[in-house]
Amino acid sequence: MTSPAAPLPPRPRRAAETRRPGPELTRPRGWIDIDAAARAVAELSSRYGLDVPPRARVEELSVGVQQRVEILKALYRGARLLILDEPTAVLTPQEIRGLFEIVDNLIKAGNAVIFITHKLAEVMEIADQITVMRRGKVIDSTTPKESSQADLARMMVGRPVLLRIEKQPAKPGEVKLRVEDLVVADDRRQLAVNGVSFEVRAGEIVGIAGVEGNGQNELVDAISGLRTAKEGQVLIDGRDFTRRSTRLRLREGLSVIPADRHKEGIILELPISDNLVLEDYDRNPFARWIVRNLRAVTEYASRLIKQFDIRASGPEAAAGSLSGGNQQKVVVARELGTEPMVLIACQPTRGIDVGSIEFIHQQIVAQRDKGLAVLLVSSELDEVLSLSDRIAVIYRGQIVAVLDAEGADRDHIGLLMAGGAAA
Amino acid sequence: MHDLALMVVNIRASDIAVFGSQTLVTATPLTLAALGGVMAERSGVVNIALEGIMLTGAFVGFLVAFVTHNLWLGLIAAVLAGMLIASIHAILAISFFVDQIVSGTVVNILAVGITGVFYRTFLETQSVAGPGTLPVWHVPVLGDLPVIGQILFQNAFVTYAMLALVVIVYLVIFHTTWGLRTRACGEHPQAAETAGINVYFVRYLNVIFSGGLAGLGGAYFSLQQIGNFLPNITGGRGFIGLAAMIFGRWNPFGAFGASLLFTASDQVASRAIAFGVQIQPQFLGMLPYLLTIVVVAGAVGRAVAPAADGKPYRKS
Amino acid sequence: MSRIWSRAPSWVISGLVVPIASVLLGFLVAAIAIVAAGSDPSQAYLALFQGAFTNNNAFAETLVSTVPYLFLGLGVALGFRAGLFNIGAEGQFYIGALAGTFVAYSIHGLPPIVVIPLAILAAMAAGFFYAGIAGFLKAQTGAHEVITTIMLNYIAFLIVNYLVTTPGLMKDPLSRTPRTPYVDVNAILPIIVPHSRLHAGLLLALVAVPLVWFLIDRTTLGFRLRAVGFNAGAARAAGISVAGTMVLAMGISGALAGTAGVVQILGVLHAMSPATAAGYGFDAIAVALLARSNPWAILPAALLFGGLHNGASFMQLQTQVSSDLISIVQGSVIVFVAAPEIIRWLLRIRRKVAPVAITQREVTTPNA
Repeated sequence: MTSPAAPLPPRPRRAAETRRPGPELTRPRGWIDIDAAARAVAELSSRYGLDVPPRARVEELSVGVQQRVEILKALYRGARLLILDEPTAVLTPQEIRGLFEIVDNLIKAGNAVIFITHKLAEVMEIADQITVMRRGKVIDSTTPKESSQADLARMMVGRPVLLRIEKQPAKPGEVKLRVEDLVVADDRRQLAVNGVSFEVRAGEIVGIAGVEGNGQNELVDAISGLRTAKEGQVLIDGRDFTRRSTRLRLREGLSVIPADRHKEGIILELPISDNLVLEDYDRNPFARWIVRNLRAVTEYASRLIKQFDIRASGPEAAAGSLSGGNQQKVVVARELGTEPMVLIACQPTRGIDVGSIEFIHQQIVAQRDKGLAVLLVSSELDEVLSLSDRIAVIYRGQIVAVLDAEGADRDHIGLLMAGGAAA
Repeated sequence: MHDLALMVVNIRASDIAVFGSQTLVTATPLTLAALGGVMAERSGVVNIALEGIMLTGAFVGFLVAFVTHNLWLGLIAAVLAGMLIASIHAILAISFFVDQIVSGTVVNILAVGITGVFYRTFLETQSVAGPGTLPVWHVPVLGDLPVIGQILFQNAFVTYAMLALVVIVYLVIFHTTWGLRTRACGEHPQAAETAGINVYFVRYLNVIFSGGLAGLGGAYFSLQQIGNFLPNITGGRGFIGLAAMIFGRWNPFGAFGASLLFTASDQVASRAIAFGVQIQPQFLGMLPYLLTIVVVAGAVGRAVAPAADGKPYRKS
Repeated sequence: MSRIWSRAPSWVISGLVVPIASVLLGFLVAAIAIVAAGSDPSQAYLALFQGAFTNNNAFAETLVSTVPYLFLGLGVALGFRAGLFNIGAEGQFYIGALAGTFVAYSIHGLPPIVVIPLAILAAMAAGFFYAGIAGFLKAQTGAHEVITTIMLNYIAFLIVNYLVTTPGLMKDPLSRTPRTPYVDVNAILPIIVPHSRLHAGLLLALVAVPLVWFLIDRTTLGFRLRAVGFNAGAARAAGISVAGTMVLAMGISGALAGTAGVVQILGVLHAMSPATAAGYGFDAIAVALLARSNPWAILPAALLFGGLHNGASFMQLQTQVSSDLISIVQGSVIVFVAAPEIIRWLLRIRRKVAPVAITQREVTTPNA
């Protein structure tokens, strides 16, 4: 069951064991031989420069190393063509460079690589040939020499696209969100956030840069109330909300754009209108005592749909019928529609089209100019660099540096994200 | 309390032997159901239908044994019937993406209906003597050991099979390539598929095997324990088996141990009554069900299922 | 064939074609079983129909059987909408009946307008509490409600058995067979069709249907229920208390099931014995699935099952086909309802739009 093409998705299991599917090492027929597998892994590792501990549990490895396991798996099965689908989403800039070196080695050894990505800079760097697709059709093929990032963006969207958001300098006001010495445990009772403190002022965007899995999710959960912090405090507009419910926080000026819109953002089976009032469904004017006022809900929804340019057949359309970008706009519309004091935006533009990305970025900046305090959590370093006024780097549950976005050095931040030398 | 203490103090070696033996034997159907659950759920399919499959196995096994006057043919028929009924669950849950709880419940309802109908039609009015029960096999030498001999080595076929299967299922799941593929499908079917595993096929086979195991468990009731079939003879054991599986953390040995715990507590309670401790029989009867709830509620530690357990897998 | 269907709106397909086709196919499958058992399906179905609808008083009697299915079906359907499988309707039926019966035989001298609502309230409270246990366990510990409710069923059965057979507790000392004392004469639900057993419980059930619809569709509670049922993670992130919603949903579901129990006693049986419930609770799961958890659709679904239940005994009398056959009908019907893909495949209906969300919920919820 070996296919020569081998795509690259996520995984669990021991590193050596993932080798099994395919031409398995068996001794005798059917039984698993872990030792032989481990030896084979070691040999391949050294040949391609992919360092991997063969007996470790995959789920305990860092994401960058997990990815190397994936590549090894493909090579072990004799793949000559590798398809890498968004491989850099979870890597630091240094790890990305490491990946590019590996890809180079593979090419030199005579393999072929298809590299799927939405990151225009990477495409320009790594590709010999570029093909742009939109809505399932090939738009054009070109080479890095013959095109530019702006060209590619235009091909992807169909119109010229602003690649870097233009914004005025921030005018920060009072502190609206303060986090003090926060300690938060993850699902496995480990400390994911270990003593984090920072503040976000009205009218500024603070971006948290870091590789996924360094505590960002747990941090946001603690601020939004989905997890209780073990120690520390969460203060919104000066008031202590550390032990209060999510519901209260959402009512008192906090809005959250969750990292995974399908898991925590919208309910696909409900209409857009219901999704837009998901947090306020039981308040005036959307309900009186226990009875809902559906007309008020629909009016509100129609207004937001226009304001946020949500492409849908109507407020009663099921949220699941929208494209990813429009679904995200529903989430953004809901969160900004409550006119919050503090917005936490997690991966706000993950997995959506370039046009929607542009729109959402503009919305966030516009609100910031009106005095919104924004905490941006994103694993897309470019997004953090382009939107933030100040940048905090998180590594292993701690803030290792806070810098001004103005003049920040990409490589320096990348180093910090990987736990390298502090400023 | 005083009664209980008196009871404990008066235990003799032969009492222990009988206690142990009965605990092991009554744990047979629970363990087999639990093993079935382990196989299915390790591959990612929740099998609530175990109860219905056991019932069907009990019925078909008895029917065939009755008609052919051959207990062994009955046993084989029970296993095959279990596999057949389980395949309905498999088809619904795997190929038609039906919610696995719904399809399992559907199978249970169907099983009750079908066995009820055919029981009344064919068997209820029979006055001819049944095929009897499976003979107890006394293992030479080992069976003569004190206490242990009586517990482990003087049993009927289904119990011996259960003991062997605990070991076999463990080896299969954790030490063979098939087991690895199974576990991959249960943890992360997309990754398994990408690695070339046919998730549908693996899940189908595992569910069908689990049906065979449950069918054998059902045969325990009609062919080993009673020698007859009665409607609802399984009395919820299939579900208790599921609880044992959860308690045993989806590990065959753990499931076996959990089943023993269930039946042991049952035995203790009934001995207490016999000894004169005042418990109403209905409360005694509640004990396994209460214990199941306690276990499933994680009062004895949370258990983590295979990650993709219960989610239909759609190849996108 | 597919040309006809492709022009029909999708709600017609899912809401009408699939359920009706499922029922027909269910009868077909059962017919095969009848043949296998050596009888003639057409005779059997004819007798079934006569027994259900056309014989003397048959229709009234069918309605009597429909009443518990209405309440129970509503309860199970409500649970489904919240994403919960209340397989424990049977046990909640028992416990509710027990509580209501206790009130009804203990109170003497008060007018029906007082006693009956009291008894029903007692039953609702008992059913709410009993189901709430499972809801609470699920919310707090993640214990799967299928297993816990099934266990609670067995326990309920034993509780009733204990209370009704033990002298000095709820056992009527004057009766030779174990049962509770008869309910007070003022607690009996009046008969609404003379010379039949059809009692006012039907009216209560008919009122319950629009009430439950309104609850689910138009109230904030119903919104919470549906939100949690569709996507508990998103509901939680929006500040909705998933735990509280689960307990409430199970509780209301149990209250409805308990009402079914007390109404059956007050209207038909007038006393409770260990043999009361005859499997209504499990059939109700099939009713709810067939109605795809839509309260209005519970009406025809419950009537169908009431008819099957009532007609089956006549069928058994006339044609020797066992009344258990209706279990096969029920089972087959829900196989097809649970897997609408089968019907679509059989009728070559193409899906117009690929399902965007994984529609596990398709069985348990009507179209938006």
